Amino acid sequence: MSKPKVFEKPIGLKDYLPDAVRKLRHIERNVLDCMQGWGYEQIITPTMEYYDTVGVASSTSDHKLYKLLNNRGTTLVLRSDITGPIARVVSSLLKEAEFPVRLSYHANVFRSIEEEAGREAEFFQTGVELVGDSSAEADAEVVALAIASLKAAGVERFRIAIGHVGFLNGLLDEALPGRIEEQELLKSCLLGRDYVGYREQLGRLQLEEPVQHELEGILRLRGGGEICDQAMALSTDQTARESIRHLCEIWEVLKAYGVNEHVLIDLTMIGDFSYYTGMTFEGYAADLGFPVVSGGRYDNLLAQFGRPAPATGFALKTTRILELLGADADDAVARTLIAYDEAGRAEALAAAGALRARGEAAVTARLDDALRKLVQNGLPKGPFAYKGMTFASLSLYEGATGKGDGGR
Amino acid sequence: MNGQPADILKVAMPKGRIYKQASKLFRDAGLPIPSDFDDTRKLIIEVPEARMEFIMAKPVDVPTYVEYGVADIGIVGKDVLMEEDKDVYELLDLGIAKCRMSVIGLPDWKPTIHPRVATKYPNVASAYFREQGQQVEVIKLNGSIELAPLIGLADRIVDMVETGQTLRENGLVEQEQIFGITSRLIANRVSYRMKNDSIQSLCDRLQATLAARL
Repeated sequence: MSKPKVFEKPIGLKDYLPDAVRKLRHIERNVLDCMQGWGYEQIITPTMEYYDTVGVASSTSDHKLYKLLNNRGTTLVLRSDITGPIARVVSSLLKEAEFPVRLSYHANVFRSIEEEAGREAEFFQTGVELVGDSSAEADAEVVALAIASLKAAGVERFRIAIGHVGFLNGLLDEALPGRIEEQELLKSCLLGRDYVGYREQLGRLQLEEPVQHELEGILRLRGGGEICDQAMALSTDQTARESIRHLCEIWEVLKAYGVNEHVLIDLTMIGDFSYYTGMTFEGYAADLGFPVVSGGRYDNLLAQFGRPAPATGFALKTTRILELLGADADDAVARTLIAYDEAGRAEALAAAGALRARGEAAVTARLDDALRKLVQNGLPKGPFAYKGMTFASLSLYEGATGKGDGGR
Repeated sequence: MNGQPADILKVAMPKGRIYKQASKLFRDAGLPIPSDFDDTRKLIIEVPEARMEFIMAKPVDVPTYVEYGVADIGIVGKDVLMEEDKDVYELLDLGIAKCRMSVIGLPDWKPTIHPRVATKYPNVASAYFREQGQQVEVIKLNGSIELAPLIGLADRIVDMVETGQTLRENGLVEQEQIFGITSRLIANRVSYRMKNDSIQSLCDRLQATLAARL
């Protein structure tokens, strides 16, 4: 590649200008407050971790991790999510903490090649992990909190799809006992969202008519609570039935939370099998081409850090929610412009200090021709612009006329 | 649920070869493609009474529009899907625009030490030859691929074959078939969930029409 031009930055990285930062902070504050309201306390973990610990345990595939060498030649990774680091913290610093542990975070994460559209190399995630509780109640709590967080972030039209990796595992194991390779092939079609390929593979397997019909039928298993009953009728496999029972219970709890109007059961919704162990979910917002939240249960992760425990959680894709909210998400801050000449300076700066102490924004400026022209017909009523900045009001401190004019 | 009934379904249609057959399929399924649709030069055609909007796209761009969600669903050949590797749902095999991806060469082709393959589909070609255990140099061309072996740019080509007429006229032979190609109905990840009812019902109508054709 040719030498970068001075305005360029590495592909996939972004600057956030004041308007975007204000919106981002607004979302972050509201969402973290919401999470705190559910008893989740925020933690901060380092930007870099060891490749051999958090890197290896991460659900991000290896070629998407940013890897670096430290001065001893040890491989480090830029964190690709916060779930791994939290598993490390819960198993080490918090190893005496009683379960369940509820933690939240807001952090930037890094991916060297993002397969999804909108390929971002660095983006913000806001999320929670609920560690040490394997119940359907815990899964439902996390889904309900994801819904509350989306609302707190200002997302109005959204839908959550929940599935369970156990259902498909059980169903396929029952239909194709011992034929692991063929099961994997079918799963990889579903994971790749290739329904045509899935049907083709099924056709090739020469299964008995009812079994084939049944396996094709799961492509249509989407909807409300009735899906649980339909799915239950499909399988006598122990794993599959237990998964459905668990999912039904989550559905019931979500009903009690009063949020299941947002939720869709979708048994074809499967996450990465090597990582997720139970319920998985994804959230979609209208007018945005990519999911805004994803999560699920990962009961095998903590064991890799020496403290086996069930865990469930989600991450909000905060950067994408930012795209979704219009410019009107948060009005510009109200600022006061305090103008003064030499004689009025001390009084003006003191007045600015008083405003700031009250939590208001004040900008000070020496009286110049532009300002004199602005106030020649009296102080502006309502918002005005001065040197590219908008102000809500103007205060004038002029020594020459004798008194400061606190005309706010 | 949350999806408002007023939502418009945006469909990315490929211009060119596939288009005629795709629009016929839509009409057979009772989906409202306006009659003057075939020869219009407009890029976006609204059909408000059916709450649909058709976007006329270059075929190779259809998966991109759908992945980014600027189109909810689209119609595209399997060749493009294999080459572009986008994260979209592949919902239905429409069985139209049937052809195949093949390796093509001169009749007297013999293995060479530094094999060169010209193609419009560099990803497909690389993946195929790797799987065959052959290392080849892939040369990307944008058209008239059949020229490459005739003038010595490459010893073989990977290209789409429909009738084989062009190959015969240029004295080339099909050596191996890589995969069969038909057009597919694809959907955006979010649209598939947010507009599930309308996408599923469109899917069902197309599927019923296809079944009736058999």
